[in-house]
Amino acid sequence: MATLPAEVLARRSARRRRREAIVTHVCLIIGVLIFAFPIYLAVIGSTHSASTIGRGDVPLLPGPDAVANYAQAWGTGGGRFMGVPAGGMLINSLVMATLIAAGKIAISLTSAYAIAFFRFPLRMVFFWLIFITLMLPVEVRIIPTFQVMVSLGMTNSMQGLVVPLIASATATLLFRQFFLTIPDEYVEAAKIDGAGPLRFFVDILLPLSRTNIAALFVILFIYGWNQYLWPLLIVNDRSLETIVVGLTKMIGSGDSQNEWNVIMATAMLAMLPPVGVVLLMQRWFVKGLTETEK
Amino acid sequence: MRRTFFRGVGLPYLLLAPQLLVTAVFFFWPAGQAVYQSFLREDAFGLSSEFVGLENFIDVLSDRDWRGAAARTAFFSISVAALALSAALFLAVQADKHIRGAGAYRTLLIWPYAVAPAIAAVLWLFMVHPSIGLFGRALNAMGVPWDYKLNGDQAMLVVILASAWKQVSYNFIFFLAGLQGIPRPVLEAAAIDGAGPVRRFWTVVFPLLSPTAFFLLVVNLVYACFDTFGVIHALTQGGPGKSTETLIYRVYTDGVTNLNLGSSAAQSVILMILVIGLTVVQFRFVERKVHY
Amino acid sequence: MATLTLTGVRKSFGTNPVLHGVDLDVRDGEMIVVVGASGCGKSTLLRIVAGLETATAGRVMIGDQDVTALEPADRDVAMVFQNYALYPHMSVFQNMAYGLKIRGLPKPEIIRRVDEAAALLDIGTLLERKPRQLSGGQRQRVAMGRAIVREPKLFLFDEPLSNLDAKLRVQMRAEIRRLQKRLGVTSLFVTHDQVEAMTLGDRLVVMHAGHAAQIATPMEVWERPADTYVAGFIGSPSMNFLAATLEQGGAAARLGNDLVLPFADGPRTGKAGQKLTLGIRPEHLRPQAGGLRVMIELVEPLGAESLLHGRLPDGAEMTVKLAGAVHPDGELEVMPMAEALHVFDGETGKRIEPLDQSTTR
Repeated sequence: MATLPAEVLARRSARRRRREAIVTHVCLIIGVLIFAFPIYLAVIGSTHSASTIGRGDVPLLPGPDAVANYAQAWGTGGGRFMGVPAGGMLINSLVMATLIAAGKIAISLTSAYAIAFFRFPLRMVFFWLIFITLMLPVEVRIIPTFQVMVSLGMTNSMQGLVVPLIASATATLLFRQFFLTIPDEYVEAAKIDGAGPLRFFVDILLPLSRTNIAALFVILFIYGWNQYLWPLLIVNDRSLETIVVGLTKMIGSGDSQNEWNVIMATAMLAMLPPVGVVLLMQRWFVKGLTETEK
Repeated sequence: MRRTFFRGVGLPYLLLAPQLLVTAVFFFWPAGQAVYQSFLREDAFGLSSEFVGLENFIDVLSDRDWRGAAARTAFFSISVAALALSAALFLAVQADKHIRGAGAYRTLLIWPYAVAPAIAAVLWLFMVHPSIGLFGRALNAMGVPWDYKLNGDQAMLVVILASAWKQVSYNFIFFLAGLQGIPRPVLEAAAIDGAGPVRRFWTVVFPLLSPTAFFLLVVNLVYACFDTFGVIHALTQGGPGKSTETLIYRVYTDGVTNLNLGSSAAQSVILMILVIGLTVVQFRFVERKVHY
Repeated sequence: MATLTLTGVRKSFGTNPVLHGVDLDVRDGEMIVVVGASGCGKSTLLRIVAGLETATAGRVMIGDQDVTALEPADRDVAMVFQNYALYPHMSVFQNMAYGLKIRGLPKPEIIRRVDEAAALLDIGTLLERKPRQLSGGQRQRVAMGRAIVREPKLFLFDEPLSNLDAKLRVQMRAEIRRLQKRLGVTSLFVTHDQVEAMTLGDRLVVMHAGHAAQIATPMEVWERPADTYVAGFIGSPSMNFLAATLEQGGAAARLGNDLVLPFADGPRTGKAGQKLTLGIRPEHLRPQAGGLRVMIELVEPLGAESLLHGRLPDGAEMTVKLAGAVHPDGELEVMPMAEALHVFDGETGKRIEPLDQSTTR
């Protein structure tokens, strides 16, 4: 290697570093734009009248009809047939997502507690039974599960939407993993303090699991909110319609005469809660995600 | 390993009961049903059924439409995974650098995780619609005959793009976590050894990231096989023709629209075997990773 | 306050025996230190007393009550853990009050007891803090406080000082001793640190491979160790051991180099030529011509004294502790002080007492 004077090398490296930083910024900005642009278009779409969009003059700047569009989406719904107000669908989605997340966490906490803190016959058999369900996502067994729902008379109901989805191998594994890191000394100290298993669970274990519960809740809430195939099959009573399914039903076959303004307003409303949760609880969300899937 | 346990047998069973009950009723029963039905054939009125052995499977596997869907699913899944993984890795490497505003970029890149696949489809539809979409109209104006509702290849392209678009943020989060998990001294040692940034990436960073990448590959394939139902259902309904009909979409149409339960069950069983295979491969690999 | 009696306590994990039958009588108010190397079974013994493990055989009595089959909560014992085991989400007050709350004590009584213990431990200002806001020494005090408020029959300490730095350890050691004396609660203290054991215990239990090798006062253990293991374990630097044989009708020992050392405290029984192990502490060697020739390999000046490490001509290691600074050049001849000689059986390692003493004692 030819030796150059130190200051030449130093200047060269400073220039290279600056150039690299610029390239990095440009790459990231392009990435951010690719992800933001569809949303931006949807926002724009939700501020124009149906006729403006239907004409095909796709605007790039906000229009004057935002209030009217969102009011229509919220109150009466869009689509030329079977308009369902977004307000009700949002509440359905909210209830479903919350119940799924809370239910998954509740039954996973108790079963992980049993597996991690007790010794009892068939313990590992139960563990594997739960573990195996990892391999059976709802989509794969969708039709037979639907038939079970029909025989149980659980279609067209909120419990039908929620209950079959609240078993969670992933959450159970995560909590078990976390429980295994809890030092024996806490259990021992609690025993000497006179706390029984239920007291230990409520007084010690639950408070210690707080951040794990919060992180998991974010992930599971989004999981519940974004359910598609399951509600599509289970529910045909439109008063139980969730917003994600309801939105695609508004589109039908994608006719250009659709009320795209209202559809886009509804899409924004459908995205807001889960995206908001992710942005507001970013730290927990990332922790929850990367730890769940380990 | 834990050495202190609580005594009692009744309580742990009670604690396990809800999970086991839900699992038994909504996992094992339907899975068993699917296996059982996959060996039966119902008459046209659903009044009686007879045992037909592997006939349903043979029918499914020799069905040209099903084979077409399988090949399409493979092409679709690999495209989605390749696109989503490479874009995410590229962005994660950029966001891992020490630059100003790195935190803001991260935030702006992870939120699409929260967008439902079906909603991602609606957003893309609004962009690529041949008569109202910005890009769809622009393409037509430039003389490219663009209508994904008529052209199967274009439809496939759109569902691939929309599906990958939604999955990038998930991969990004994991790649970034993986990159941040690489010990600094390793990178510094490579720098002192005189390796340039590109060489450092391919000889040091990428090998250390390969467990993450492999894990993500499996997750992405499963995602593309099953979770993208919403994308396809909202965008193309499997059409035009059958050009975007994947295996999971076919299970849905055969089971719900065509009410062909025996065939649908056989297809479900084949999909279960596929998922189990993927999961086993993943755990095998994870186990090996743990050992080395 | 109570006595503690262990009778034939055995414990196996699967087929792996950890305790081979331990008997121990602890008097009311006594501080017993269980000391031994890791894996000797000392922690298992403590956990059996606490009720965290169940003995495979044997009996544990606290006072007049047989607690062998009782849960920890029903034994009325309190324990201080090695890593303190303070509940991280509870304040200091809540940590100390938790056991009392579970036992259903009235609130004013709980407050009174916690305040009293906090004053005793000088942590009254920390009651609202969380454990992570405390220093190691403060956590240690809170852990003590949690035990004290319970006013139990028995205190159990599981290496509570090993997570502290050296200076704090010495300070807390003295404090624990003072508190224990003042409260007069019967205590069992487990440690691997022999200095801790010597300074804290009314009596020591030196554990070795699942046996209680010796149960005696610290000075007794130091002056008359029951076997070569105890002799080597207690005392720092460790005792030197020399192979020897019994001579002169039991009145002296002959070393490998034909040096004959007469016993100052009386003759031992045994055949002439019986194998012995002689023990001599480094501080009980004096420079003297005609003694043991030590090739010095290393000199460690400690200020008031110096440690000399070397070897005898037969290769046996030898440590000598001399007052002041010494600079021997290569070689030194040392002579054991006759009255400080320990005599052990060369085969079993058991201490051999002089004839007349073993009859009078």
